[in-house]
Amino acid sequence: MALGAFFGRLKQGLARSTEKLGQSITAVFTRRKLDDAALEELEDLLIRADLGPEVAARIVASFRRTRFGRDITEDEVKAALAGEIAAILAPVAVGLSIDPAHRPHVVLVVGVNGTGKTTTIGKLALSWREQGLTPLLVAGDTFRAAAVEQLQIWGMRAGCTVITGAPGADAAGLAFDALGRARAEGADVLLIDTAGRLHNKSALMEELRKIIRVLRKQDPRAPHSVLLVLDATTGQNALAQVRVFKEMVDVTGLVVTKLDGSARGGVVVALAEAFALPVHAVGVGEQAGDLRPFDAGEFARGLIGL
Amino acid sequence: MFDALSEKLSGVFDRLRRRGALNETDVAEALREVRLALLEADVALEVVKDFITKVRDRAIGAEVLKSVTPGQQVVKIVHDALVEALGGEGAVPLNLNAPAPIPFLMVGLQGSGKTTTSGKIALRLREKLRKKVLLASLDTQRPAAQLQLAQLAERAGVASLPIVAGETPVQIARRAMDTGRREVFDVVILDTAGRLSIDQALMDEVRDIRAATDPAETLLVVDAMTGQDAVATARAFNEALGVTGIVMTRMDGDARGGAALSMRAITGAPIKLTGAGEKLDALEDFHPERVAGRILGMGDIVGLVERAAETIDQQEAEKLAAKMARGKFDLEDYAGQLRQITKMGSLSGILGMLPGVGKIKAQLADANLDTSILKRQAAIIGSMTRGERRQPDIIKASRKKRIAAGSGTSVQEVNRLLKQFDDMSAMMKRMNKLGQKGLMRHGLGALMPGASSGRRPF
Ligand SMILES: Nc1nc2c(ncn2[C@@H]2O[C@H](COP(=O)(O)OP(=O)(O)OP(=O)(O)O)[C@@H](O)[C@H]2O)c(=O)[nH]1
Ligand SMILES: Nc1nc2c(ncn2[C@@H]2O[C@H](COP(=O)(O)OP(=O)(O)OP(=O)(O)O)[C@@H](O)[C@H]2O)c(=O)[nH]1
Ligand SMILES: [Mg+2]
Ligand SMILES: [Mg+2]
Repeated sequence: MALGAFFGRLKQGLARSTEKLGQSITAVFTRRKLDDAALEELEDLLIRADLGPEVAARIVASFRRTRFGRDITEDEVKAALAGEIAAILAPVAVGLSIDPAHRPHVVLVVGVNGTGKTTTIGKLALSWREQGLTPLLVAGDTFRAAAVEQLQIWGMRAGCTVITGAPGADAAGLAFDALGRARAEGADVLLIDTAGRLHNKSALMEELRKIIRVLRKQDPRAPHSVLLVLDATTGQNALAQVRVFKEMVDVTGLVVTKLDGSARGGVVVALAEAFALPVHAVGVGEQAGDLRPFDAGEFARGLIGL
Repeated sequence: MFDALSEKLSGVFDRLRRRGALNETDVAEALREVRLALLEADVALEVVKDFITKVRDRAIGAEVLKSVTPGQQVVKIVHDALVEALGGEGAVPLNLNAPAPIPFLMVGLQGSGKTTTSGKIALRLREKLRKKVLLASLDTQRPAAQLQLAQLAERAGVASLPIVAGETPVQIARRAMDTGRREVFDVVILDTAGRLSIDQALMDEVRDIRAATDPAETLLVVDAMTGQDAVATARAFNEALGVTGIVMTRMDGDARGGAALSMRAITGAPIKLTGAGEKLDALEDFHPERVAGRILGMGDIVGLVERAAETIDQQEAEKLAAKMARGKFDLEDYAGQLRQITKMGSLSGILGMLPGVGKIKAQLADANLDTSILKRQAAIIGSMTRGERRQPDIIKASRKKRIAAGSGTSVQEVNRLLKQFDDMSAMMKRMNKLGQKGLMRHGLGALMPGASSGRRPF
């Protein structure tokens, strides 16, 4: 395949470094045997995409077993690699469905600071509104400056009511009252925003557990979904985040944000292998419409710059 | 999850018992482990490669000291090189050498902590340097961003630029500088909207802001959890703006923080500050030594000690220290410690800061214990009599059974607690003997059991 055509297919937004990488990979794989040096380049490519050294080595090792020494073009090698990664990701590409049996279906949104929880709630609320559902939003971040106002603006954009409490109010109490109101009003979904918290702060993690305990006094099966919002820029620490949040609040699925940037979010591959949690959606921008279903194939191709 | 590098290296070198100068094979094998450790810590690949080349040149032919193993020698070389690459000793202060009002420009990706850090810097300048600070939000993108900064300004006790709807970021920047001049502010902090390094329109916009204000500091605010993308971000922001300093936020997390090395290597700009919490006083100077240890998975004991000092009640700590000095540290004190530790953060976070605990940590992770173990331990201690807590030595088989039943645990768990308590008292005695100076001189390994036999250099 001609170099020009290859670059034409490189996504516009690729960072310069990734572009250079693409160049060198192309150079390596045009008319070339898949030898040790070539495999090492592949491994580097995966590491640069945040898959982590261990997962990168493992994927390349299985590649070596099946394809070592064969004459292979850059196109084939990349497609095959993307295929291999897509196969790991396919089982976790599961949409988030709202169960109409629950009224409301309670969605608790959690994660470390600044990953995009509030924004994702705004996006989800809009998409559910567009499906004809009535979501009710809860401004459970009573801690951070202007967090409530931020969600209120999202509520306006999505055409949803936002339930708020006093600054510094107990988030669990607020969530409890909101659930009562949502039940009374027959809302379809109750979307609860929470303050960002680092997973290694046990007191803050306890607070989250308290929200869940309190919700269960009204609906023993609530929350029906616990979404962990991850920032695609995050490296290997995402593994610790998922492990602890899952352990503490039974995360049911992930949303990966900021995939419109130069970060590839490769740690999702390691997460899929280690935890097998569904990846419900990806964030690709700051606007209300910038939420997409997680597509294993597309994501895998993005990872290796196809 | 992450074994301490020194542990891994001692594994590599268990097979290489010979002394003398380090040869190429020794070094190559050790550096493979170092490479892995750096990658696991999220140091960007190209930075890792450069770093490894540098260390290889230094290590080959280096004399192995009598008292240490080749593995330890390599770790020492790596550690020193890392400290150097992170900026050597000492923190670089913010540049206040400019005519007032001095503009500071805050830039970075979405959600990295720019607004919060603006508030923190304002508080620090006001409190420590008695500067008159104006905070101005140029963020017309994110909902309620300007309000967020205004609220933080109030908390920091500094002024914020009145919000005028409909202005562009460049217009706000100009108005901020005008206000700064007219109302005689010392420093004007310009907080900008988060932007992706590949968003040409927004990168052009921040370039215009820079041109309009000529900031004395252009601070790139970066999340300590950042992965390989650190390179792309650092390069793009540096090329567009000429970054003068880096702020690493969320250092209160348990990320290894390899992005610090990547950022520093790519931009050449010093890491000036670190964020260690959400509150406005959680801003610290950057300490290369600590971050080097953290990146290598060797623990950040200085950070641990400092964090402990912050959370632990001073009087209580002094009482405790006195008791420890007299060898009178008992289980009641340990229960108190447990409460303090829960205040400081989860066990794995704390353990992550301790050297040489990679294994324990992995076991904890496997057993899903984390914080629940603290509660169980507290329950065990709660089921002891006062006498037993004061004098754990008297706890023999029958007492153990009773305590286990009373706390809903097992005799094994009681044993484990007692063993841990023993280890802890031993470590404390050692820490006492060394004192702060000794700690620095002999390194962290001096605390670990078996250190006298020279197993760990740090
Ligand atoms: N480019 C991009 N930016 C995003 C995306 N999702 C969120 N953001 C931005 O990331 C920043 C943080 O988003 P928030 O929604 O406030 O994050 P949060 O997790 O609620 O933050 P805290 O409540 O402070 O912990 C904002 O500037 C958002 O506009 C995304 O998918 N792409
Ligand atoms: N734990 C911790 N949280 C922090 C730290 N610095 C900032 N945060 C939190 O990170 C989140 C995002 O911080 P902001 O200051 O809003 O980030 P920003 O870069 O201004 O975000 P945008 O303007 O949306 O790009 C908030 O929840 C802050 O409280 C830190 O050092 N430690
Ligand atoms: Mg939020
Ligand atoms: Mg901001």
